Amino acid sequence: MDTALILQPTKPQRGGIGGPSTPATTEPLAVRGVLITIALVFLGVFLGAPLAVVFAEAFAKGTAAYWESLREPDALAAIKLTLLTAALAVPANLVFGVAASWAIAKFDFVGKSVLITLIDLPFAVSPVISGLIYVLLFGLQGWLGPWLAAHDIKIIFAVPGIVLATIFVTFPFVARELIPLMQAQGNEEEEAALSLGASGWQTFRRVTLPNIKWGLLYGVILCNARAMGEFGAVSVVSGHIRGLTNTMPLHVEVLYNEYNFVAAFAVASLLAVLALVTLAVKSAVEWRYRRELKRGGATPGPGGPA
Amino acid sequence: MSPLLGRIKTPSVIPGFGLTLGFTLLYLSLVVLIPLSALILKTTELTWEQFWATVTDPRTLAAYKLSFGASLAGALINLVFGSLAAWVLVRYRFIGRRVLDAMVDLPFALPTAVAGIALTTLYTENGWLGRYLEPLGIRVAFAPLGVVVALTFIGLPFVVRTLQPVIEDLDRELEEAAASLGARRITTLRRVILPELWPAMLTGFTLALARALGEYGSVVFISGNIVGETEIPPLLIIMKLEEYDVGSATAIAVVMLLASFLLLLMINLLQWWSARRHVAARITLRVSPSAGGV
Amino acid sequence: MSGTRIWASLLGFGLISILPSIGAGADITLLNVSYDPTRELYREINEAFAKRWQAKTGKTVEIRQSHGGAGKQARAVIDGLEADVVTLAQAYDIDEIAARAGLLPADWQKRLPYNSSPYTSTIVFLVRKGNPKGIKNWDDLVKPGVKVISPNPKTSGGARYNYLAAWGYALQQPGGDEAKAREFVTKLFKNAPILPTGARDATNTFVQRGIGDVLLAWENEALLATKELGKDKFELIVPSVSILAEPPVAVVDKVVDKRGTREVATAYLQFLYSDEAQQIVARNHYRPRVEAAAKAAGVEFPKVKLFTVDEVFGGWNKAHKAHFASGATFDRIYRPGR
Repeated sequence: MDTALILQPTKPQRGGIGGPSTPATTEPLAVRGVLITIALVFLGVFLGAPLAVVFAEAFAKGTAAYWESLREPDALAAIKLTLLTAALAVPANLVFGVAASWAIAKFDFVGKSVLITLIDLPFAVSPVISGLIYVLLFGLQGWLGPWLAAHDIKIIFAVPGIVLATIFVTFPFVARELIPLMQAQGNEEEEAALSLGASGWQTFRRVTLPNIKWGLLYGVILCNARAMGEFGAVSVVSGHIRGLTNTMPLHVEVLYNEYNFVAAFAVASLLAVLALVTLAVKSAVEWRYRRELKRGGATPGPGGPA
Repeated sequence: MSPLLGRIKTPSVIPGFGLTLGFTLLYLSLVVLIPLSALILKTTELTWEQFWATVTDPRTLAAYKLSFGASLAGALINLVFGSLAAWVLVRYRFIGRRVLDAMVDLPFALPTAVAGIALTTLYTENGWLGRYLEPLGIRVAFAPLGVVVALTFIGLPFVVRTLQPVIEDLDRELEEAAASLGARRITTLRRVILPELWPAMLTGFTLALARALGEYGSVVFISGNIVGETEIPPLLIIMKLEEYDVGSATAIAVVMLLASFLLLLMINLLQWWSARRHVAARITLRVSPSAGGV
Repeated sequence: MSGTRIWASLLGFGLISILPSIGAGADITLLNVSYDPTRELYREINEAFAKRWQAKTGKTVEIRQSHGGAGKQARAVIDGLEADVVTLAQAYDIDEIAARAGLLPADWQKRLPYNSSPYTSTIVFLVRKGNPKGIKNWDDLVKPGVKVISPNPKTSGGARYNYLAAWGYALQQPGGDEAKAREFVTKLFKNAPILPTGARDATNTFVQRGIGDVLLAWENEALLATKELGKDKFELIVPSVSILAEPPVAVVDKVVDKRGTREVATAYLQFLYSDEAQQIVARNHYRPRVEAAAKAAGVEFPKVKLFTVDEVFGGWNKAHKAHFASGATFDRIYRPGR
């Protein structure tokens, strides 16, 4: 769904937070204790426990069994395919995101809000449908299927289909991140650079890019996490060929269905580690971003050319 | 600049409009619009009666009902506990707060299939949590409640993350003023704080709801796929395909698509509404430092 | 700026390190698209065949596997999954591939011995240790309070056998007729609270998640489950009568002609009938066509009276139309919100 909201780096906290609260603006100690406990239990049950169970099950038969299941050729193939998919889908959506946000944030034109809604659309589409549409389009019984088969081009049940479905589900991430950021920054700096004789490309590279780099990185990280973890859409177009078209999440499902719980959770634990790394990098980016904001002033964007 | 472009767009000195917009439209069409139109067109192969019979079949209706009901329940749980968590994370200082704060996005970063098998393992009869719930007669895994749990998990970040910045922006002077006027804390909460937070809470709730409606990966593992009881629409789509019934599969897909489109529209309206409510407050705060190079 | 450069180089490095490894491997690859419970069987068969083929032709062959519910797998082949051979649960699914995509001729079943099914199986019951509900035969499954686990006949080939086996049993009882059979099967599925999509999912539900009193399963699946997941936890119950399941195999003509793999694909399927493969079949708890193979492999199969789909239902096509097609008997007896 519309992830744009959580994707926004949290706004810089103004002074006062972290400072002592006056009794008038906070709750009694006991109430605070109770509230913190409830929050901890809620987050613990819904976030901590699932994460813990992944690692517990993965190491249920010891570290040797764990490494063994990760060294298995099919597991390695799944890991490689997942990396390849992300390596193709993320840059594609990165280029798109930059182009779309440039067009949308820097210019005013007819139908802009319709365009933004259309970019959001993949968030709203159920993953199964995201896969289905490519089967309808490229499947042997679909529109282009017979032509593709005649020319021996494989799209679904092969790597291109998996990449396409992944691009679809991660489509809006970078664009949604950059559009509000570039809108907030306005056009003045670019206009100044252009009037000083910089070319369009130079202006983008030297002026715009440094301004949006954290938002860009942020979008890329989340886009990447989703690309590596997508299950529903990829499941529909994969064909589930062991060692060839199984991505990591699909391989987890295969192993899970083979009673091979240790191996299933071992591969799942890699994905969980990936999720944790994503969260860590994301927090780091937020922190850097906030620090730059503190140096540059309270509005999003750099301090402006001195 | 061609005259046509001149008519649809406000003039600007910044270059690259044609290139970037052209690329955007091309990419959007190739990846999103053309494939989606394949779905719509496929549905038109059905007669209206067939379409109607498929989407109002009792089993399909049961799936819609479960999907909507469980999404609603999950979003409500997140509304209550997510708001509380957001409050605690912003307002209180305690050990591990930063880690917890970072962890809130976990459902977003953790692949849904992993979440599915992890939650299933937790809540089965002999799982860590299931073993305590089962004797109480509470069945979670392979029951509608399991779907609620999965959808609560995936919707968790939305309420927390929409609320956090709003709570940070809350003007403490208002609370102090209320207190100095003799309002008790609970009254301040009800009369001063909640009205401020309400639009963001609603937005977060709707986002969680919308995300839950489309979810597939985590639900298929924990639901047990009991016919007419724990089936969700995406699963029915897959089943129809396996029964060689592509028409019905696309019919259900189109209904889902419409529903999510409506929700998307609602979210945009909500965001517009809550932004408008907040703009006035923010302008007064932000107008002074480095407002731009005017 | 340096950040973007690092990203770009990371991505580039990633691509370079990944690309060469894809597509490497054997001289020839075959894709065998199969149904759920054959994973272990074909793992062994593929290894044995690769050895044989290399000895005979000097070429290496790698057989890739895709497993899933039979309906899903057939659907994928129809939509263009390039399977050189399909090894599915029942003739109906391959018939659908022939009818809907025209990838192989309609008379494919005549091309290999025994109706193109090199091994058979049957439907048995798996119960929990000590058989607490005292389940001995089909009649016991419809008793109130017995929770039966079976996959969904709409999506699982195995489940269709479950359904037809129960129907056939009821028909063969004294005074049995269509109405009685229908009533019997209706009661049976009233006792089935969960209908997983595939046979493997059903086994997982029963064995791993501890749900249900009795699992209706392929004999091979039940034997495998007891072997892999604890002999001391489950008991195999063989009913007085059951159905003969004949999982068929076929070369997908259009695919092998396009890929130039007809020779090896045909040899692969013929290999299934060889003594060596038949012993592997027996070791994996499928009933071999060559009876001596079971003995040679040291495997004994329980004796059970078996009837075939052709005998009782007049073939798969008829059975499917009458029972499993949209709006047919199964849809009418299994309604949500009972």
